[in-house]
Amino acid sequence: MERATLDFWVGLFVVAGLAALLGLALKVGNMSSFATTQSYEVKADFNNIGGLKIRAPVKSAGVVVGRVSDIHFDNKTFEAIVTLKLDSRYRFPKDTSAAIMTSGLLGEQYLALDAGGDDKNLAGGDTIKITQSAVVLESLISQFLYNKASDSPKADSAPAAASTSGVPSHE
Amino acid sequence: MSTENLIEIRDVSFAYRDRPVLKGINLTAPRGKVIAIMGGSGCGKTTLLRLIGGQLRPTQGEVRVDGQVIHQLGVDALYQMRRKMGMLFQFGALFTDMTVFDNVAFQMREHTNLSEAMIHDLVLMKLQAVGLRGAQGLMPHELSGGMARRVALARAVALDPMLIMYDEPFTGLDPISLGVIGNLIRRLTDALGLTSILVTHDVHESLEIVDYVYFISNGVVEAEGTPAEIRASKLPFVHQFVYAEEDGPVPFHYPAPDYAADLGLGSDR
Amino acid sequence: MKPPKQNLISRIGHSVIDSIWIMGVATRFLMQVLWRSGTSWRRFGLIIREIYASGVLSLVIIIVSGLFVGMVLGLQGYQTLQTYGSEQALGVLVALSLVRELGPVVAALLFASRAGSAITAEIGLMKTTEQLKAMEMMAVDPIARVIAPRFWGGVISMPLLAAIFSIVGVFGGYLVGVVLIGVDEGSFWSQMQAAVDVREDVLNGVIKSVVFGFTITAIALFEGFDAMPTAEGISRATTRTVVTSSLAILALDFILTAFMFRGV
Repeated sequence: MERATLDFWVGLFVVAGLAALLGLALKVGNMSSFATTQSYEVKADFNNIGGLKIRAPVKSAGVVVGRVSDIHFDNKTFEAIVTLKLDSRYRFPKDTSAAIMTSGLLGEQYLALDAGGDDKNLAGGDTIKITQSAVVLESLISQFLYNKASDSPKADSAPAAASTSGVPSHE
Repeated sequence: MSTENLIEIRDVSFAYRDRPVLKGINLTAPRGKVIAIMGGSGCGKTTLLRLIGGQLRPTQGEVRVDGQVIHQLGVDALYQMRRKMGMLFQFGALFTDMTVFDNVAFQMREHTNLSEAMIHDLVLMKLQAVGLRGAQGLMPHELSGGMARRVALARAVALDPMLIMYDEPFTGLDPISLGVIGNLIRRLTDALGLTSILVTHDVHESLEIVDYVYFISNGVVEAEGTPAEIRASKLPFVHQFVYAEEDGPVPFHYPAPDYAADLGLGSDR
Repeated sequence: MKPPKQNLISRIGHSVIDSIWIMGVATRFLMQVLWRSGTSWRRFGLIIREIYASGVLSLVIIIVSGLFVGMVLGLQGYQTLQTYGSEQALGVLVALSLVRELGPVVAALLFASRAGSAITAEIGLMKTTEQLKAMEMMAVDPIARVIAPRFWGGVISMPLLAAIFSIVGVFGGYLVGVVLIGVDEGSFWSQMQAAVDVREDVLNGVIKSVVFGFTITAIALFEGFDAMPTAEGISRATTRTVVTSSLAILALDFILTAFMFRGV
């Protein structure tokens, strides 16, 4: 008889504890890092990744479509190779471009994908050809001053496309 | 296997580290008898019980219980042997988080597959034997010292052991409870046909109920005999102990230099 | 205990050797507890009882403390964040600090002083009143019957308590931030969800609290089992349990954090 009330309280405690864990999992956190089965990886090379971190979001049209899963430096090309883990619900054309952006003026950096017009879609293991490096504030300013001095009209060379962008190397 | 003596202790010595406690003890306990081991405080009586229960190993000699050398048994055989032993600790050692009923039922639940109904009946029988059937629902802290001792006694006989050891069963009891416990020990021994070993320094109560007495002092058996022989003994140590005299072979004074010299009298002034 | 005429070096030497000795004894004790845990898993009722004693009975203090810690976080976090105009990040701040650090650590500290000390006192009392020896004489192994169930009860209770602490704390932060101060409810929750990862943050917090539960219960049981069988011995052992396990929690927390949240 005493056992029964004790069992009840322990049961209640365990249920409350598990509910709290479930609450932490569903209400407080996100399960993104568990979605390993339904994703595919593509690579992208950048001259400069700025402050991009592993697990930074990958967005397209402002929607989170995946995460950065790995960043490393290539000894041959001297470029940063970023691996993106994209949700397999989302498909992108082969000529999609990737750019490193900043949310707000001082916010965290993310990778933005801009869909192209190709018929074929990116598949796992593909590399995104068209990339745009992070904007380095110092280079931006110096370039602006240089342009001002030479007084030439081509002021908007900063968002130049392709790996061979107008932004000088960070070194 | 059915030897005459349930317990045979042959030439047993024991030392804690390098402090000798027992020095060549010989002792036998025949089946169906109540044996008392007496002696002053700290003479190694409790150590002797620990040796019999297999909680300690002798440094020399052997302790046989039911024909088996206790300190040569493996863990399982030792536990098997302990199921046939009961022990009553100094203050009962009841499990404080269980009721009286659960305390007595403890061993039955741990060691047997008896049904709850059967355990219920057995526990009430044991409690009835010590006169505490009415206290089955109480917690140990609600019992008086004497009652706790009786419950512990009921718990010790729960599995009908062949041997019960009592460690100072009379300590801190009022005269009435003392008589009750003493009589219970005798009655249970006779009724259940078991063997009892009583470690005590309460001479008068135990001389009433026991069959044979061993006196231990300084780690050796100083004297032994039936209660009548002990009472008549002319040995100074036994005489002092039985009649509770202040001074004798066991001195009142701790060894000290001469009293007068210690006070600084009679020297130069 | 030791002769008073001893120089500093030999005293330090003694205490170092002593503590190494105790470490060895404690490890052997823990191994025995793990080795003989079979009985308590086969008779799960024993563990249920101990979950009640250490888990359910700690629930009130855990919930109340969690609520207040969350509310203070909400208040203080808001003060700081609003200077940078980012008070929407309040949810992130509250949730991350609770799930990663405060939940496991504060819950463990409370658990050590509430349940750990109770375990030590209980075992110490059982030792002092010869209950453990009595059990041994009844051919019942006290480590299997008394120690192991308490150990597993504590190990199971601790992560559940930490999770309850965190969720109540988040609720406390929500109460202060959203209901009282008026931070936007939508961004409070959505930013929190975007920033808190189940595996990186929640799961690591759970792992931490399991480690803490293991440590606290092991220390509490050992101190009780090793206590001098006197009233003074029990009170000293109880104090040692709280002090030692609190220090162990904080030190382990640093080590675990260094391993888990490196470079992310």
